[in-house]
Amino acid sequence: MLNTLELEQKAIDVRKGIISAVYHAKSGHPGGSLSAADIFTYLYFAELNIDPRNPDKENRDRFVLSKGHTAPGLYSALAHRGFFPVGDLNTLRHLGSYLQGHPDMKHIPGVDMSSGSLGQGLSAAVGMAMSGKMAQKDYRVYALCGDGEIQEGQIWEAAMFAGHHKLDNLVVIIDNNNLQIDGTIDEVCSPYPIDKKFAAFHFHVITIDGNDMEQLAMAFTQARAKKNKPTVIIANTVKGKGVSFMENKVGWHGKAPNKEEYHLAMQELKKAGEMLCQ
Amino acid sequence: MSVTKIATRDSYGNALVELGKEYEDLVVLDADLAAATKTGVFKKEFPDRHIDCGIAENNMVGVAAGMATCGKVPFLSTFAMFAAGRSFEQVRNSVGYPHLNVKIGATHAGISVGEDGATHQCNEDIALMRTIPGMIVINPCDDVEAKAAVKAAYQHNGPVYLRFGRLAVPVIHSENYHFEIGKGEVVKEGKDVAIIATGLCVSEALQAADMLMTKGIDAKVINIHTIKPLDKDLIIETAKEVKHLFTVEEHSVIGGLGSAVAETLCEACPRQLTKIGIEDVYGESGPAVELLHKYGLDAEGIMERVMKVVFNE
Repeated sequence: MLNTLELEQKAIDVRKGIISAVYHAKSGHPGGSLSAADIFTYLYFAELNIDPRNPDKENRDRFVLSKGHTAPGLYSALAHRGFFPVGDLNTLRHLGSYLQGHPDMKHIPGVDMSSGSLGQGLSAAVGMAMSGKMAQKDYRVYALCGDGEIQEGQIWEAAMFAGHHKLDNLVVIIDNNNLQIDGTIDEVCSPYPIDKKFAAFHFHVITIDGNDMEQLAMAFTQARAKKNKPTVIIANTVKGKGVSFMENKVGWHGKAPNKEEYHLAMQELKKAGEMLCQ
Repeated sequence: MSVTKIATRDSYGNALVELGKEYEDLVVLDADLAAATKTGVFKKEFPDRHIDCGIAENNMVGVAAGMATCGKVPFLSTFAMFAAGRSFEQVRNSVGYPHLNVKIGATHAGISVGEDGATHQCNEDIALMRTIPGMIVINPCDDVEAKAAVKAAYQHNGPVYLRFGRLAVPVIHSENYHFEIGKGEVVKEGKDVAIIATGLCVSEALQAADMLMTKGIDAKVINIHTIKPLDKDLIIETAKEVKHLFTVEEHSVIGGLGSAVAETLCEACPRQLTKIGIEDVYGESGPAVELLHKYGLDAEGIMERVMKVVFNE
């Protein structure tokens, strides 16, 4: 198992993959991919019981990217974990590439559910968790939702179901970067208080800094120990995290960097990596 | 001779119980309508394999999709209005796009829902479901066919939309009837016109053919239980034999069986086609049988439309 420093280094690799993929695609969603990069990294390098050589292993843990537009983050984590070549990330969104704009379980090794239409992924994760309970399997299920995404009513249908069935094999992570396309989430149509809402739906609630590996480790460990309730981890994050000019800028929700911005971002990430090594 | 009448929603529940005994991986999901979708019998027999999702159809579709990825074969059950209407996009993106092994048991289709009226009379579901790539769309006509369709749906690997009715309808098939997805059935031979029907309209079309015989018109009657994939060979072959073709369905004339047949004929064998169905309108409250009469979908209505076309020539 990787230590915190090693995980932080991996997270930088994952971020570089995101920037490179979106740059070469000339479109895509860097902001929310970067805010969740530490979450993707922790899940794929420390938390999930998975095997890149056997992506369909029956008793594997499942991950559903309910906020499917941040596919670059998921793909980068999968590639760096060995599910497919890192070089393929640069084919993202290209005609003929298996790396579709949103997660496609039929063609991408390691993707457990096709997703992208907001609000739908959590229900599928709940179905996987329910299936595991019925079959008395011990795999766990993880779903990552956006904070804007939880404006979708279906999220709360799924949350009600998960709470009602006491799905303690389910962990929902909310990437609370506070930004959506039209502005801050509280300006557009506030879903706050997110913690109290999930608590009311019978979830165990943990709130952390979602860009901090140690806090992520604490939260996922605590979730594993919690019985008779699903867990929600409200991960307070910074949209665009790791690339200074993208941080907290809603404009970087769904825009690719130009050549100059790409080089600037990669240099920053390289420097951050070097800092970690000191 | 008295005719046995059974609603295909009852056939659905009964078939699930039979299949459930044989297959451990079959699970049934409901959205607070188990009593109406007739899956209550399955719930009673296999309580551990029945999940009531509450009044939350969109989540139910996603839960079924997630369960299918883990090897279960979920039959999700609700009214056609909610399965195909409300949850269209969930079915399209969470079930259709990943081609998951989810079966949709949609009951209370068409105007024969009756007294509940327009909000619950779904005349658009076939149109919606057949646009989804990879989706099988089946509309059985009686108890025997409905039970066979549920079994065939289980055995098919991929998404299937099954359309059932609330109204008890005549059983026209014997128990040894052979059902095959995508294969239409000639229920009566005839040389003058062809009536291509689906669902409860098949038995009405058969009666209409008897009435037409007394007026000197020999009608061939075809049962199209699978609207997608459509038995194009049978339709083209039939079009070459007769002067006029009619489609009859308890569904909008826009996008359903009539449209599917028209699309086929236009490309392969253009013929005059009259689409009998719900014209571009909503339904209304009333007893099912009276509604079928008012909207021209009973034997008398079908006969009149055929006569009008044939003799107005």
